[in-house]
Amino acid sequence: MASNHALPVDLVYIFLVVLSAVMTLGIFATIAVFGLKYRRRHGREAHQIEGSLILEITWSVIPLGIFMVLFGWGAVIYFHERTPPRDSTEIYVVGKQWMWKIQHQEGQREINELHIPVDRDIKLIMTSQDVIHSFFIPEFRVKQDVIPGRYTTLWFRATTPGTYHLFCAQFCGTEHSGMIGQVVVMNPSDYQNWMSGGTIVGSLAQNGQTLFQQLGCSTCHRFDVQGRGPNLTGVFGKPVQLQDGRTVLADENYVRESILIPTAKVVSGFQPIMPSFQGQVSEEQLNALVAYVKSLSQAPAGAAGTPTNNPGPAANQ
Amino acid sequence: MATVAVPVEQKNYLNAEYGIRSWLFTTDHKRIALLYLVSITAMFFVGGFFALLIRLELLTPAGDLLLADTYNKMFSMHGQVMVFFFLIPSIPAVLGNFLIPMMIGAKDLAFPRINLLSWYIYIVAAGLYLWCIFSGGVDTGWTFYTPYSSLFSNTHVIEAGLAIFIAGFSSILTGLNFVVTVHRMRAPGMTWGRLPLFVWSHYATSIIMLLGTPVIAITLVLVVLERTLNLGIFDPSRGGDPVLFQHLFWFYSHPAVYIMILPSMAVVSEIIPCFSRKRVFGYTFVAMSSIGIAVIGFLVWAHHMFVAGISLYSALVFSFLTFLVAVPSAIKVFNWTATMYKGSLSFSTPMLYAIGFIGLFTIGGLTGVFLATLGVDVHVHDTYFVIAHFHYVMVGGAVLGFLGGMHFWWPKITGRLYPEGWGRLAAVIVFIGFNLTFFPQFILGYLGMPRRYWDYSHMPEWQGLNVLSTAGASILAVGYLLPMVYMLWSLRYGKIAGDNPWQATGLEWKTPSPPPTFNFDETPIVTEEAYEYDKMPLPEEVSLER
Repeated sequence: MASNHALPVDLVYIFLVVLSAVMTLGIFATIAVFGLKYRRRHGREAHQIEGSLILEITWSVIPLGIFMVLFGWGAVIYFHERTPPRDSTEIYVVGKQWMWKIQHQEGQREINELHIPVDRDIKLIMTSQDVIHSFFIPEFRVKQDVIPGRYTTLWFRATTPGTYHLFCAQFCGTEHSGMIGQVVVMNPSDYQNWMSGGTIVGSLAQNGQTLFQQLGCSTCHRFDVQGRGPNLTGVFGKPVQLQDGRTVLADENYVRESILIPTAKVVSGFQPIMPSFQGQVSEEQLNALVAYVKSLSQAPAGAAGTPTNNPGPAANQ
Repeated sequence: MATVAVPVEQKNYLNAEYGIRSWLFTTDHKRIALLYLVSITAMFFVGGFFALLIRLELLTPAGDLLLADTYNKMFSMHGQVMVFFFLIPSIPAVLGNFLIPMMIGAKDLAFPRINLLSWYIYIVAAGLYLWCIFSGGVDTGWTFYTPYSSLFSNTHVIEAGLAIFIAGFSSILTGLNFVVTVHRMRAPGMTWGRLPLFVWSHYATSIIMLLGTPVIAITLVLVVLERTLNLGIFDPSRGGDPVLFQHLFWFYSHPAVYIMILPSMAVVSEIIPCFSRKRVFGYTFVAMSSIGIAVIGFLVWAHHMFVAGISLYSALVFSFLTFLVAVPSAIKVFNWTATMYKGSLSFSTPMLYAIGFIGLFTIGGLTGVFLATLGVDVHVHDTYFVIAHFHYVMVGGAVLGFLGGMHFWWPKITGRLYPEGWGRLAAVIVFIGFNLTFFPQFILGYLGMPRRYWDYSHMPEWQGLNVLSTAGASILAVGYLLPMVYMLWSLRYGKIAGDNPWQATGLEWKTPSPPPTFNFDETPIVTEEAYEYDKMPLPEEVSLER
């Protein structure tokens, strides 16, 4: 089993295969037996039978019962698959026609390859810069569509070192079948070696901080005094009171939307004066900004790039 | 059975008038059914040609036969042609059109001119679609997912979208015609409880056509407008939502699956009692399960979107409802099987197709249960598992039902018998070819082969199963071509059928074959329940010669 999700999925799958085999063979066998026993012969007439309420109820209720068990079983697995543990290692993924771009927190970047350590919870925060893609690792039994305009997440814990296929599962144009790569699951020591190789210019959050200055975000979103925009320290992961009375959770999608469409959800007490950064920042830069804003909730203000294993104040989703 | 040669002078719907005008301006539901038969058969071979190229490309892992873009167009147009121009009109517009008025003892449908209009609309739509094909085609998949279809594809999305939009009106008008006909045109004594199950199932189908089709029509218009006027409804960079498209698309396209399968169930519900010489087991349950499928079928669309970023809780609700819709389908399978119990079974061609239908639909339905199970769907979604599943339903179910129905009513439609030996041979070939084509795809899907892959050279281990599948497809093609040949042959050389060669119940068998233009000389008065097979004599043993 290559990931923590693989065994639960395979178990219910095997149950379904057995159930289907029994049902299908049962129906085929019944038809075959009837076909032999009741084939047309001289001197034997069909026996007229109207139906049977008891039988109808039986063969409605029993399948319904089995279906309800399957519903619950599948739902529990799905619930688990969709609920990443809080202290997962977060890795950003950007899909584009026709490649996967990966950004690690520590600053490493890869294309069509994802290097991860074994036995650690990994949460992918994914978006697309063009059409819908789907991030699919068959051996991990996980898949999630990657959608332009927002983040979707996927989490797993690889359990066996090795190299696994990575596919795009949602049709995305000419080279759809070429949008493939590999997931390399490494022992902790190999992973450390891999992490320390290559040239890295700062962590993702540090890059985000640089961008925050360059784009002029810091002129309004100040940390010393109250600026024209809200102070972003400690905002991430907390509920935010909006101007129109709604309360939203400040998650990745909220931060992202606030950068691209600032007027969509204006924080209570502030004016809708922020310009949109749509088209001015790439998806990778957005990820860096999100990582930076996130880092502001994990450590003293401005101390970006600190270890990510500080307990966040709330779950991300 | 008297095989006295029918005097040539005896007037029926085929020889009542001659000439091309008598066909193109006919309002006779039977002639319109034949117009549809010719048109959808032509479209079937267009779609089949695309399938052939797909299977040939996948014979080898490398993308070496077609260009990537060409391949993408092939599977897109295969799906669009087969779904919108073959499967959806197939049984309703041909057999439904031909039989519903006869089965309820009416002279025609309620709106004969609208019936002809719906064929013309279909022809305009099919013509536009063919033009789309010849001007370069479309590559969006049959699903038209945004923002690929709205902003990124450089192919003829507008023509394809408009063609399917127009075809939708044909479907809506047919549905409207059937609903009104079943409500208003039943012969005296033909109560709802005496309706043949064929009619019940088509009634359920018609309701879906009426309520669902407008949604896909509007959705495709939105895609067209997005491309032409740059509306931004599905464009995330302007606050639009690409996933909204999927909700709208599947709101129709899931019920559309039932538009394709319910009419096949209609056919099977007629064939099995006839070849078992028995009343159908649990008439009320079979009838009501059609209505149940039509109603619940409208509430399950988002099960196509479990990995598309919908909320966790809505996924739970849609999974639950999907399990519910499986129950009425199971009820039908059990009732058909029970109908054979203590019957007097014969295995003529229609019965072979009906039994094939039960077997393949059972597999198709059970693999649907895999997909309803949330944790499993996440893994097999968008893989060949899904492809195999819906081909078991759409081909193993819908197409086998269509072929079974065509053989069953061929004597009524043409007045001639098809050659029984060839018929049985073709049915067996279709069954074997079909399973060989699609069963390996379940395994491929579980191994992780995504759908719509033109090239799998990095995964050469998938080749063996793909070769099996392509081999199966060539057998299946033979199984499709054989009936084309022997049925055309039978038009001239087939034995004269007589009014009721199967000794089947139902009003359509109580009138000559082929029927006169207005079906009945006198409006029949119905005094008995459907499927009173105990009152019917056994049919003459059909000879296997030729």
